[in-house]
Amino acid sequence: MAQKILIPLYADQVAPRFDLATEVSVVSMADDGRPTEKKTVVLPRASAEQLCHLILLEKISTVVCGGIEDEYYQYLKWKNVTVLDSVIGSYKKVLKELESGTLRAGDIVR
Amino acid sequence: MSTLLRTPIKGLFETPVELPSLIDEVPLSIVVLDTRRRIAMINRAFEALSGFSMEESKGIQCSHIMRSKLCIQKCPLENMDVNSEPVSVESDMINKDRQLVPVRINLSPIRDAEDNLAGFLETVEDLRPIKEVSSRGTHAYIFRHLIGKSPEMVRIFQTLPLLAQSDSAILITGETGTGKDLLAEAVHQASNRAKGPFVKVNCGALPETLLESELFGHQKGAFTGAVENKPGRFRLAHNGTLYLTEIGDLPLALQVKLLMFLDDMVVYPLGSAKGFQADVRIIAATHRNLDHMVKEGKFRQDLMFRLNVVRLHLPPLRERGDDIRLILDHFMNIFATRFRKKINGMSKKALKIIMDYPFPGNVRELRNIIEYAVNMCSKGQIHSTHLPAYLAETKHFYGRVSSEAGEGSGWASPVATADKEQSGQKTWASLERDMIIKALVKTKGRRNKAADMLGWGRSTLWRKIKQYKIDV
Repeated sequence: MAQKILIPLYADQVAPRFDLATEVSVVSMADDGRPTEKKTVVLPRASAEQLCHLILLEKISTVVCGGIEDEYYQYLKWKNVTVLDSVIGSYKKVLKELESGTLRAGDIVR
Repeated sequence: MSTLLRTPIKGLFETPVELPSLIDEVPLSIVVLDTRRRIAMINRAFEALSGFSMEESKGIQCSHIMRSKLCIQKCPLENMDVNSEPVSVESDMINKDRQLVPVRINLSPIRDAEDNLAGFLETVEDLRPIKEVSSRGTHAYIFRHLIGKSPEMVRIFQTLPLLAQSDSAILITGETGTGKDLLAEAVHQASNRAKGPFVKVNCGALPETLLESELFGHQKGAFTGAVENKPGRFRLAHNGTLYLTEIGDLPLALQVKLLMFLDDMVVYPLGSAKGFQADVRIIAATHRNLDHMVKEGKFRQDLMFRLNVVRLHLPPLRERGDDIRLILDHFMNIFATRFRKKINGMSKKALKIIMDYPFPGNVRELRNIIEYAVNMCSKGQIHSTHLPAYLAETKHFYGRVSSEAGEGSGWASPVATADKEQSGQKTWASLERDMIIKALVKTKGRRNKAADMLGWGRSTLWRKIKQYKIDV
């Protein structure tokens, strides 16, 4: 199934904190998991509320992040966004795991 | 913690011991990092706090496990080297349960046997219990050990939590006994530096030369008698608060040095060319009127501006209205419990005497009066007879107390002010006689001291002793 994924970034890593990320990668994936479009969005300032707004605006289906407060996790879940949190690893490796469909919440991709 | 990750410590005991067996039982969260800030070890308390196990966090960059605001915004370890001083910072972290936990993080370098940087030690304190308690305790009538419901005090209580969070210098003014020390300590306790030291220096208690060495420290051999290095109070207060009480008594020469420190926050100990960058918050207090002192040239105006970033004025007790009753009840409960007495309040007459008294010694004096009264009262109500006699005797003389802000020194002792009043001849004579006797009792019969206390010359005292036929 085609999906749109958002990954908050901290340098070349998945950002340790959802609410403190100022850069996010938005990846569109085809049904077979192949990325069809990638873009990086730089946020004017770190804000969990603005990030949630962006997620809804971009019609994101899955968020891959590090630490996220329960308030925002529950809100996104309520908005039918899948949140894979406590993920640690480099952006590239995490993306590969996503493509293969094996990435789970709490995964540490070394 | 897994026994697979073996980290034996040799030389501490006869046989090597495993590091986890030492640090796992410590209730404080401990994280050991290598020089590249990757996790080398975490203890059980940190596993519980963060939700990450030792196995999964080993070798991971600290910021991904700690997930603190500090890691993202400005990691103190970035600039920490082997000679760096420990750093204590209040921040937060998000654990695996998605809870935002307020924490205090202490960071320090670990040195190997050759004094090279081997890694970093990080301790993390969960502040949730403290924050819950302080949020419960922060109602209008109380802040830490300060009590009051008068508008002035409520205003102070409301602004204190905000002021405490900043690092601005604070100048506390108020008469003697109004609670300047308590206020300074309350600011420190409510600040991010609460875990750091609170160092108090009385600027009026030491001679100038000693005070300089006390404040700024000295190098071994800097002067005769300097047999070893002394760190000085500024250095001792690193990561904490330095409270300079009686700042109005600081000699002018030292005012310049203090000003220099406030400008660049570097301490130069006596006899040393090498400075120490101190991270210290300054709180100063005085009962003197610094504005007047500046006009008289006794206090540097630039230092006054530096210290006067935030000024908190504690009003004298006589201007605090209902607070007298509130504080009275508070101390009555405290002393009744301490002395194990069943005290059922105060009689109307005793209460009136207390309420009419202007309290030149402010809260400290009220506290002493209540301590005395509870001591004197065996049980039941405190009556006027249980109060110190001078309250009833001298109440008329206190009618015209100066209420000028910060001018506690405008108040003289009851004994010395008595002669300014014009009472009836008969009353005055007996009163003066009592004053002399009291002064002599207080000074254990030493006439010189008694005369000083009364504000008279020795010959005047001698003449009056003769006049009133006091048998010394």
